[in-house]
Amino acid sequence: MSATTLAVGAAGGRTVPAPVWPSVWAAGFAWIGAAALVFFWPDADDLGRTDLLAALAVGIGGALLFLALSAGIPALAPRVAPLRAAGPWLLALALALAVWELATAKLDLLPRPFFAAPQSLLEVFTDDWPRLGESVLHSLLLVVPGYALGAVVGFLFGLAMGWSRLVGYWAHPVVRLIGPLPATAWLPVAFFAFSSSRGASTFLIALASFFPVAVLTWSGVSSVSKAYYDVARTMGASPWFLVRKVAIPAAMPSVFVGLFMGLGASFSVLVVAEMMGVKAGLGWYMQWAQGWAAYANMYAALLVMALMCSGAVTLLFRFRDRLLSWQKGLVRW
Amino acid sequence: MVKGARLEVRGVSHAFALEKRALPVLENIEFTAEPGEFLALLGPSGCGKSTLLRLVAGLEPPTKGRLLVDGEEITGTDPSRTIMFQDPTLFPWRTVRGNAQLGPEARGTLKANAGRVEEALSLVGLAGFAEAYPHQLSGGMAQRAALARALVNEPRVLMLDEPLGKLDSLTRLVMQREIATLWERERFTALLVTHDVEEALLLADRVLVLSDRPARIRADIRVDRPRPRRRDDAGIVALREEILALLGLAEAA
Repeated sequence: MSATTLAVGAAGGRTVPAPVWPSVWAAGFAWIGAAALVFFWPDADDLGRTDLLAALAVGIGGALLFLALSAGIPALAPRVAPLRAAGPWLLALALALAVWELATAKLDLLPRPFFAAPQSLLEVFTDDWPRLGESVLHSLLLVVPGYALGAVVGFLFGLAMGWSRLVGYWAHPVVRLIGPLPATAWLPVAFFAFSSSRGASTFLIALASFFPVAVLTWSGVSSVSKAYYDVARTMGASPWFLVRKVAIPAAMPSVFVGLFMGLGASFSVLVVAEMMGVKAGLGWYMQWAQGWAAYANMYAALLVMALMCSGAVTLLFRFRDRLLSWQKGLVRW
Repeated sequence: MVKGARLEVRGVSHAFALEKRALPVLENIEFTAEPGEFLALLGPSGCGKSTLLRLVAGLEPPTKGRLLVDGEEITGTDPSRTIMFQDPTLFPWRTVRGNAQLGPEARGTLKANAGRVEEALSLVGLAGFAEAYPHQLSGGMAQRAALARALVNEPRVLMLDEPLGKLDSLTRLVMQREIATLWERERFTALLVTHDVEEALLLADRVLVLSDRPARIRADIRVDRPRPRRRDDAGIVALREEILALLGLAEAA
C-alpha cells in the first residue's frame, strides 16, 4: 500500500505524474565529475586537447541535467521521454571515460603507445579529420555498391533456388561447400580476375553479402506454407503472381536476417580489401596508422568504422520495420 | 436466382503415393450436387473428406474417375470453385482488404471488381476492419475474412473444409447461421466438410456419410426440414440419431 499505488489510483490513469529521472540526473553529474577530473588532475605527460575533452564532458553533463529538468515540464516531457531508458548507459559511459582517463592520461598505467588517452583520440578527430573523412568516403564508395550488388544477386539467386527444384538441386551442394569459406580466401582469385583492385574489392564485398542473403532467401522461400500457394492457385493466380505476391513477401522476414548478416560480413571484408590493394579508405587508414605506430589514429578509425556499421544496421532495421510492419513481435536491434 | 453449378463426381478413387506403396483414401465416390444445393460430407477425421475437396478444386487430379462441373471435366483450378480452409490461411503481410482482393488481383481484374471487394467485406461484417492485419483479428474474424476472400470470386461452387472447426462454440453458432444466410442469398453450390453432425444437419440439404479410410459413401441422407433450422427440431434430432448410429456412436446420442 505505497504512495505510488494511491497516486495512480487518484489519477485514474488520466495523467502521468511528472517522472523522476534518477539515472539521467546521476549521469549528468557523473559527466560533470568526469570533466572536472580531466580538467583539474594534471596529465602525466604532455597531451593535447585535454581542455577540449573536459569542455565536451561538461557540455554532455549540462545537456543531461537540462533534459532531466525538462522532463518535469509537461510540454517537453514527451520529447525527451525516450532518453530515460538510456540513463544507466549514459552513467556507465561517464564512469568508463573517467577510468580510461585515469588509466592512460593521468596515471600512465597502460603501456603507450598501444593504449591511447581519450584526448588523443579527440586530437585525431580535430587535427586529422580531412584525411579521416576522405577515408570514410572512399570506404562508403566501396562498400555500398559491393554490398548492394551482392544483396541483389544473392536475393535473386536464393529466390531461384527456393522456387525451382532444378536450380536448387545444382546450387545447393555448391552453396553448402563454398558458403562457409571466408570471402577473403578468394583474394588471389579476385585480384587475378579483376584488373583493378577496386573491382576485386567490390567483388569480394559482394561475395561476402551474397552468401548469407542467398541462403536465407532460399530458406525463406522454401519454408513458405503450401497452403498459401493453394489459396492463391484456386483463385486463378499465375506462377509469376505466386512468386511476386506469395513467395517473396512471405520470405521477407528471413531475407532481412540475411541482409543483416551480409552487412556485417561486408564490413569485415572491406577492411581486409582496403589493407590489401586499395590505397584509400578506413582499412587503409588503419594500416597506415599502425605502420606509424599512431595507435590513437587507429582507434579513432576503428571507432568511426563501428559507428558506420551500426549506423548501416540501424538504417536497415528502420527499413525492415517499415516494410514488415505487419509482423508482430519483431526482433529489435 | 441460383448461380451455383451442377457438380458431378463419377466413380472417383484417389490414392496418395507414399514411399513404398499407394495409400488409398477415396474409393469409388459417386454423387451429384444439383445447382445451388448444399451438401455436407460427414465422416471420421482423416477419412479423405478434405482430399475430395482438393480434387473438386482442381488442386490435384484424381487417380481414377471423373469430376464434372456443368458437364465439363475439371482439369485445374478455377476461381469459380473456391475453398475456405480450416485455417483461415490469410496472408499475414496483407490487410483484410488486401486479402479479400487476392482473387481479382491475381486475375488482373481488380479495377472492375473493387466494389465487389467492399461488398464482400460488409457481407461478412468486416467493413470496419478492412485496414487491419490478420494478427489483429480474432479467430472468428479471421475466418470471416477468409470467407470474404472466397466470396469475392463469386464462386459457383464453394467448398468449406471444416471452416468452423477451430472456433469457440459460441462463435461457431453465430457463423453457422451466417453461412446459412449467405448461401440462401447467393445460392452457390456448397460442399461442407465437417465432423460435426449437428452442423451438417443445420446447414445442408443432403448429408453424405463417409466411411473410414478409404472413404466410401455409406449413406446419402436428405434433410427435408424448413429453414432457418433449429437444433431442437424433431426431424433434425431424429436424423442426428440415425447418423450417429451409422457412425457407430449410437450411445453418444
